[in-house]
Amino acid sequence: MPQTTATPNRGYGRWTPFWFLAPSVAMLFLIGIYPLLFALVTSFRRYNLTRPREGFPFVGFDNYAAVLTDSTFWSSLLLTAKFYVTVLPIQIVLGMGIALLLHKPGLGLLKSLARVTLVVPLATTYAVVGLIGRLVFNRDFGVANQALDLLGIGAFDWLGSPAGAFAAIVILDVWQWTPFCALIFLAGLSMVPGEIEEAARLETSSKLALLRYVQLPYLMPGLTAVMILRSADVLKLFDMVFVMTRGGPGSATDLVSIYIQRVGFRIFDLGTASAQAILLLILTIVISRLYIRVLYREVN
Amino acid sequence: MRLSSGKVAHALGLAAVIAFSLFPFYWMVAASFKTQTDLLASPPLWLFTPTLQNYQDIFADSKVIGAVGNSLIVATSTTLLAVLLGAPAAFALARYEFRGKGDLWFWFISNRMISPIVLALPVYMLALQMRILDTHLVLVLIYLTFTLPIVVWICTDQFKSIPPELEQAARLDGASQFTIFRKIYLPLGAPGIAVSAIFSFIFSWNELLYALVLTRRTVQTAPVVATSFMSGYELPWGKIMATGTVIVLPVTIFALIVSRHMVRGLTMGATK
Repeated sequence: MPQTTATPNRGYGRWTPFWFLAPSVAMLFLIGIYPLLFALVTSFRRYNLTRPREGFPFVGFDNYAAVLTDSTFWSSLLLTAKFYVTVLPIQIVLGMGIALLLHKPGLGLLKSLARVTLVVPLATTYAVVGLIGRLVFNRDFGVANQALDLLGIGAFDWLGSPAGAFAAIVILDVWQWTPFCALIFLAGLSMVPGEIEEAARLETSSKLALLRYVQLPYLMPGLTAVMILRSADVLKLFDMVFVMTRGGPGSATDLVSIYIQRVGFRIFDLGTASAQAILLLILTIVISRLYIRVLYREVN
Repeated sequence: MRLSSGKVAHALGLAAVIAFSLFPFYWMVAASFKTQTDLLASPPLWLFTPTLQNYQDIFADSKVIGAVGNSLIVATSTTLLAVLLGAPAAFALARYEFRGKGDLWFWFISNRMISPIVLALPVYMLALQMRILDTHLVLVLIYLTFTLPIVVWICTDQFKSIPPELEQAARLDGASQFTIFRKIYLPLGAPGIAVSAIFSFIFSWNELLYALVLTRRTVQTAPVVATSFMSGYELPWGKIMATGTVIVLPVTIFALIVSRHMVRGLTMGATK
C-alpha cells in the first residue's frame, strides 16, 4: 500500500486536502460557476433564439437598461415582495402556535404523530401541490368553495380572479412551509434548559410572560433563519405557481421566477432574460451573505 | 387520570395540526380513487365508491411509466454521484486545516440559495450548443448543484463527530489518509451518508423547473408528465391525481424515515 509522505506533526501531506476536495470543487465549478459566467456574457449580447439570422452581437448595457426600465420586471419583483410579506407573518404565527402545542407536556403519542405528519407537506413534490391546488380551488367542484358554502359565503372564482389566485398561492405556500417554521421553532423551544422553564412555570401562570421572557431568546436564531431562508425560497418559488396559475390571471401571480422563465423560454429573448437572471443572482448573493454572516458566525 | 379542559384543548389543537398537514395529501389520494363523474360532482363528494380504474389507466400509459423510470434514473444517478464526490470533500472539510477553508465551505452552502431559473437559462444555452438537451446526463449534472452541497454539509457534520483517536491509532499502524477515509470514516459515517443520500434523492425527485426546460420528449421526468396532463379541454382529473399519488408516495415514505433530520436538511444546519 502506498504511503503518503506525512509531516510528523499533522500526519498528512500538504496536498492531501486538495486531492479529497478537487473532484467536487471541479464539478461545482463546471456546473455552478461556468454557466453563471456564460449568463453574464450573454447578458451583454442581443441573444434572441427566434431571430438567429441577426447573430448574437454585443450590445453593452442595453439589456440591463431595458430590464431596469421594464415596468413588468419591477412589478414582478414587487409582487414577489408582497407575497413574502403576506406569507411570512402567517407562517411564523401558525408555526409558533404549532411548536407550542408540540412542546407542551403531556399527550406524548398524539404529539409524536402530529410531529411526524408535519413532514408530509415539506416532502410533497411542489409541482404536485400545484396540481392539487387546481382541483381544490376549482370554481365548480373544488372543496375550497364547499368550505366557503358551509360558512355561508357564496362560491368564489379562486383561479379565475386576480385576488383569488393570489390567495390560492398564499394558502398553498402557507400549507407547505408552516411545518418548516414549526419544526425550527420546536427545536428552539427544546433548547430552553428544563429547570429554567420549570422554575418559570412555577413563578408565573402567564403563558405570554413565559414565551416573552424565557422562551423567546431561544427562538431568535430560528426566527432569523426562517426570515432569511424564506426570502431566498420565495425568490426561487416557481413549480407550484407555474402549475397552478402560470402567473395569471393577468399578472396576478407573476412572481419573478415565472416572469424570467417566460421571457427566456416563451419569448426566447435570452439576452434580456440573462440580464434579469444576473440581477436576481445579485439579490440572492446579498441574501446568502447575510444568511452566512448572521447564522454561521460561530463556525469561523 | 381526569380530563381537564386544558388537555382537551391541547388534544383538539394537535388533531387540527394533523388534519391541516394531511388534508391536501388525503384529498389527492381520495381523488385518485374516484371516477370522472364523481370528481366532477358539485359539491365535491366525501363518500364515494372507490375505483382502481385511474391506476389501471396510468400503469397502462407508457408515458407515465417511462417518466417514472426517468425520474428514478436521474434521481439515483445524481445521488450516487453526489455521495461519490461529496463524501471525500466532507472528509477534508471535517478533518484538515487549510487556507480558504471557510470560503470554500460557504461557497458550497450558498449554492442552496441560488434560484434555479438563474442557472436554467445558461445551462439551456450551453446544452443546446453541446447537443445534450433532453438527455439524462444534463439533468444529473444540473441536479448536482443542489445535491452536492447537501451531501457535503451533512457528511461534514457527521465526520466531525467521529473521535480523532481512532484515526491516530490507524495512523500509527501506517495507514494512508485514503485508507483512513475508507476504513474508518466511511463505515462510521454511514448513517449521515444515508441521510444525505435520501435528501438528495427527495430534492431531485421533486424538481420541476430544470426538468421542464432541459427535456423534450425522451427524458421527461414524472413531475413534467403530470403537469403536461393539465392541458386540453376536459382534464383527466383521476389520472392526474393517480399520477400525483405515485410521485408523492415514495418521497413521503423517504421523508418519514429521515423526519428527525428534516430541519437540518432544509436549513443546511443553521439551527441545531
